Amino acid sequence: MQATTPWLSLAVWIPILAGLIVLATGADRNAREARVIALIGSLAGFFVTLPLVSGFNLATSEMQFVELTPWIERFNVHYHLGVDGISMLFILLNSFVTVLVVIAGWEVIKKQVAQYMAAFLIMSGMLNGTFAALDGVLFYVFFEGTLIPMYLVIGVWGGPNRVYAALKFFLYTLLGSLLMLVAFLYLYGKSGGSFSILDWHKLPLGMTAQVLLFIAFLAAFSVKVPMVPVHTWLPDAHVEAPTGGSAVLAAILLKLGAYGFIRFSLPITPDASHALAPLMIAMSLIAVVYIGLVALAQADMKKLIAYSSIAHMGFVTLGMFIFNAYGVEGALIQMISHGFVSAALFFCVGVMYDRVHSRLIADYGGVANTMPRFAAFMMLFAMANCGLPATSGFVGEFMVIMGAMKTNFWIAFAAATTLIWGAAYTLWMYKRVIFGDVANAQVAGLTDIGARESLVLGLLALAVLWMGVHPAPFTEIMHASVDNLLQHVAASKL
Amino acid sequence: MMSSLPIMLPAYAEIFLLAMACIILIVDLYLPDGWRDLTYVLSLATLLGCAVLTVVVTAWTGGQLAYTFNNMFVSDLMANTLKTFTYIAVAGCLVYSRVYLADRGMYRGEFFVLLLFATLGMMVMISANHFLTLYLGLELLSLCLYSLVALDRDSAVSTEAAMKYFVLGALASGLLLYGMSMIYGATGSLEIVAVQQKLEQVVSRPYEKTILVFGLVFLVSGLAFKLGVVPFHMWIPDVYHGAPTAMTLIIGSAPKLAAFAMAIRLLVNGMIPLAVDWQEMLVILSVLSMAVGNLAAIAQTNIKRMLAYSTIGHMGFMLLGLLSGVVGGNRLSTADAYSSAMFYSVVYVLMSLGAFGMVLLLSRAGFEAENLSDFKGLNTRSPWFAFIMLLLMFSLAGVPPTVGFYSKFAVLSAVIQAGQVWLAVVAVLFSLVGSFYYLRVVKLMYFDEPQDRAPLRAQFDMGVLLSANGLAVLLLGVLPGPLMQLCLHAIKGLSPV
Repeated sequence: MQATTPWLSLAVWIPILAGLIVLATGADRNAREARVIALIGSLAGFFVTLPLVSGFNLATSEMQFVELTPWIERFNVHYHLGVDGISMLFILLNSFVTVLVVIAGWEVIKKQVAQYMAAFLIMSGMLNGTFAALDGVLFYVFFEGTLIPMYLVIGVWGGPNRVYAALKFFLYTLLGSLLMLVAFLYLYGKSGGSFSILDWHKLPLGMTAQVLLFIAFLAAFSVKVPMVPVHTWLPDAHVEAPTGGSAVLAAILLKLGAYGFIRFSLPITPDASHALAPLMIAMSLIAVVYIGLVALAQADMKKLIAYSSIAHMGFVTLGMFIFNAYGVEGALIQMISHGFVSAALFFCVGVMYDRVHSRLIADYGGVANTMPRFAAFMMLFAMANCGLPATSGFVGEFMVIMGAMKTNFWIAFAAATTLIWGAAYTLWMYKRVIFGDVANAQVAGLTDIGARESLVLGLLALAVLWMGVHPAPFTEIMHASVDNLLQHVAASKL
Repeated sequence: MMSSLPIMLPAYAEIFLLAMACIILIVDLYLPDGWRDLTYVLSLATLLGCAVLTVVVTAWTGGQLAYTFNNMFVSDLMANTLKTFTYIAVAGCLVYSRVYLADRGMYRGEFFVLLLFATLGMMVMISANHFLTLYLGLELLSLCLYSLVALDRDSAVSTEAAMKYFVLGALASGLLLYGMSMIYGATGSLEIVAVQQKLEQVVSRPYEKTILVFGLVFLVSGLAFKLGVVPFHMWIPDVYHGAPTAMTLIIGSAPKLAAFAMAIRLLVNGMIPLAVDWQEMLVILSVLSMAVGNLAAIAQTNIKRMLAYSTIGHMGFMLLGLLSGVVGGNRLSTADAYSSAMFYSVVYVLMSLGAFGMVLLLSRAGFEAENLSDFKGLNTRSPWFAFIMLLLMFSLAGVPPTVGFYSKFAVLSAVIQAGQVWLAVVAVLFSLVGSFYYLRVVKLMYFDEPQDRAPLRAQFDMGVLLSANGLAVLLLGVLPGPLMQLCLHAIKGLSPV
C-alpha cells in the first residue's frame, strides 16, 4: 500500500532538518533558541510517527508505508523505506526518547548547546532511517552515519575518560559494520544486482556462504547489541557519555544490533542461524548470568546499569535464537521495555549526577530523605529493571523464559536466574543509594526533582506501567510480522 | 569521421593553455608587484577557458574517440572528464594557496606559469595515445613540480625535498622508459592502441611473453612511483612534508588524476592482454600500500606527513579497482571496475584538496600549521570550518553519509564481483586502521581545548571555496549517482573496454 503522505520520510528528515537548523543558531549566546527549536523539532519528529500507528494494518506482515525511488542507479540502489510490525515500534520508541533527551538536557548542558541538540536530532533521524530502510545500502548509510553524532556526543560532553571511550565505541562498531558491508556486496552479486533486503530474504544460498554471511552479520550486530565477549566498549561508553548520550545509547543504539539479527541474520541465513544457534544461546546465557554477576560488583551506578543492559540484551538474543513466537515476541517486547527502563535509569543517575557530580554508589545514601519524589520514580524503574510483574520488564522476560522452556528446560532455568541477579544488583544499588541514613552533607543538601525532571521521568513511568499492565497493543502490532519471520526462518534455503 | 573534424580539434584546450601560459609569462614580466592579482585572475580565466574548450570538444566529437597528431593524441570521454576535474582541482589550488604564497614571498609570476605548464603536462598525459606523448606529458608535469617544490629557494627543507623528488622521479622515469623500450621491442610499436592490437597476437608466444612481462614490470614500477604506492612510496612523506604547503596541495591533488589516467592508458588501453600479469603485481602493491600507508600514518604528528601516508593508503585502495577488471580472461566487468577506480580518484582529489586547503587556512604569515596539535580546539575557534574539516575527515575515513564511503563502496563492489572477497576483507580491515587517525583529527578539533586562540581569518574566495569543497563531500554523499554514472560513461568510451 502506497502511502499518500510519506510519513516515514518525514520521520527521518524532520529531525535531521531540525538538527541542521539548530546547528545554524551557532554560538552559546543563542542557547535558548537552540533549545526551543530542538524541542519543536523533536516534538514534530514524534508527532509524524503517530500516523504510523493509526494507519497500521495489523493483519498483514507486508511492509507498510512503503516509499520506493531510485537513488543510485549505477548500483541499483533505491531509497526504499517501509515498516512492518517489527520495525515500527522502534521508530516510535526512538522519536519518543529523543523528545525526552532534549528536555533532559535543557538546563544541564551549558557548553555548545546547539551542537549537542543538533547531534541528538540528527542521530534520531538517522536511527529512524535505519529502522525503516529496506535497501541494504540505505540501511548501511544510516547505520554507520549514527556513529558520527554519537562519537561527538561522547567525546565533547562526556566524562574525564571520554576520548578513550569515544574512540573505542567508534572503532569497535566500525569493525563490525565494515564486515557487514562486505557481506552486503557479496549478496548484491549473488542476487544478480539487487540491494533490496526483501529480495535477499528470498535468495537461496549454500551452507558455506550462509555461515560466512552469518559471521559477518554477527560481527556487526554482536558488537552493537553487545554480546559477550565484544561488550567491553559499552561500559566505557556509558560511563563517559553525558546522560542523554547514555540514554539514547542504551535505549536505541543497542537495539540496532538486535534489530539487525531479526532483519538480516535470521531471514537471510536461516540454516546458518539454526546451525549456530547453540553458540548464540551460549553467548546469550553467559551475558545473562556472568554479566549479571559482574553488575553486582560495580561501584559506579552508570557502569552497573551498563552491565545490566548487557544482561538484558542477552535475554533479547536468547529469545531470537530459540525460534518460536514466544521467544521472538518476548525479545521484541524486552527491547522496547529495556528502551524505556534503561533510559529512565540513566536519567535517574543523571538527576543525581547533576546535583552531586558523582556516579559512585559510595557517595550516596539516604537520598530518599531529601528527594522523596525522585526516590519513588527510581523505585518504579528499579523494579521494572528486575522484572517485577505489572511493569514492562516482566512481560518480555516472562515470554522469553516461556519460549526457552519449550526448547530446553535447562536453558530456561539458566535464563530464569536473571530474576535473581537482576533483583540483586538493582535493588542492592537502590538500597545503598536511596535508603538508610543521610550519608553526607551533599546528600543532605539535595533538592528534589523539579517540573522538567518530573516530566521526563513521569512520561517514562507511564510507558513502563502501560506496557506492564496492558502489553496487548504492542504484541498485536508485531504478531503478523513475527509469524511471517518464523515461517521464513523455518524454511531451509539450501 | 576524422575528415569532418578540424585536424587539431582534440587538442584545442592544450593549445589554448600553452598559448595562455606563454602570454601570462610575458605579461607578468611587465607587471609591478602590486598587480600580481591580475596574473592570478588571468590564470583562473585560462582554466575556465580550457574548461569551455574541453566542453566544446566533447560536444563536437560527441564523446567519440578522436585522434590527432598521427594518432599520438586522443580525445575521448575519459580524457575530457578527467581534464575538467583537473581544471577544477588546479583552480582550487590557486585559490587556496593565494594568501599563503603572498605571505611568504612566493606570490610571483613563476608560480602561475609553472602551475599552468604542470596542468598542460597533466592534460597531455591524460590524452596520450603514444608512449612518447605520455612520457612528454609526464616529464613536463614532473619538471614543473620539482621547480614548484623548490620555489621557496631559501628554505633548506624545501630544497632537500625538491632534490629527493627530482632524483627519485628521474629514476622512475628511467624505469618507465626502459619498460617502454621492452614493449616496443616485442611489439614494434609505440602507439598505445596499436600495441594493444599487436599484443593480442603475440601474447600467447612464450618468447615474446617473457620480454613483455619483463617490460611490464618496469612499466608498473614507474607507474607505481608516480602513484606513490609501496614499495615506491619513499618520496611521498618527505616531499609532502618538506614542500611549502601550497605545493603539497598541488602535488597531492590534480596529479593523482593524471597518474590515474596514465595507469589507464598504459595498463588498460595498452596492456590489457597482459591483464592477468599486471593485476597480480597490483595486488601486491595495493595490499602493501594499504598496510604501510594506514599503519605509518598513525605514528605521525605532522599533519602533512599524516596526509602523505594517507595518500599512500588511498592509492592502494584505488588500485583495487584497477586490478578487478579482468576476471579469468573475461573482460565483461572491466567498465564497472575501472570506473570505480576513476570515481575513487576523483573523490580522493576532492577530499585531499579540502584537507590541504584546511591546513593552508590555519597557516598565516610567520606560522606554519603543520602539526596535528594545531587543529586543537578548532571547534571553539571556528565551528564552521571545524565542521568542514569534520566532513572531510569522515569522508577520508569512508564513513557515510559522505562521498568517501561511496568511493570505497564502489571499489569494494568491483573487488567482490571479481570474486576476491579476501582482498575486500583485507581492504576494510586496513580502512578500519585508517579511520583511527582521521578520527584523531576530529578528536583534536572537537574534544580538546585550543592552544592557539587567534581567530581564523579566511579570505572571501578561499572561505567560499573551502566551504563548497566540504559541502560537496556531503552532497555527493547524499547523491553520488550522477558522478558514478559519469565515470561509468567515461570508462565505457575507452577503446578496449
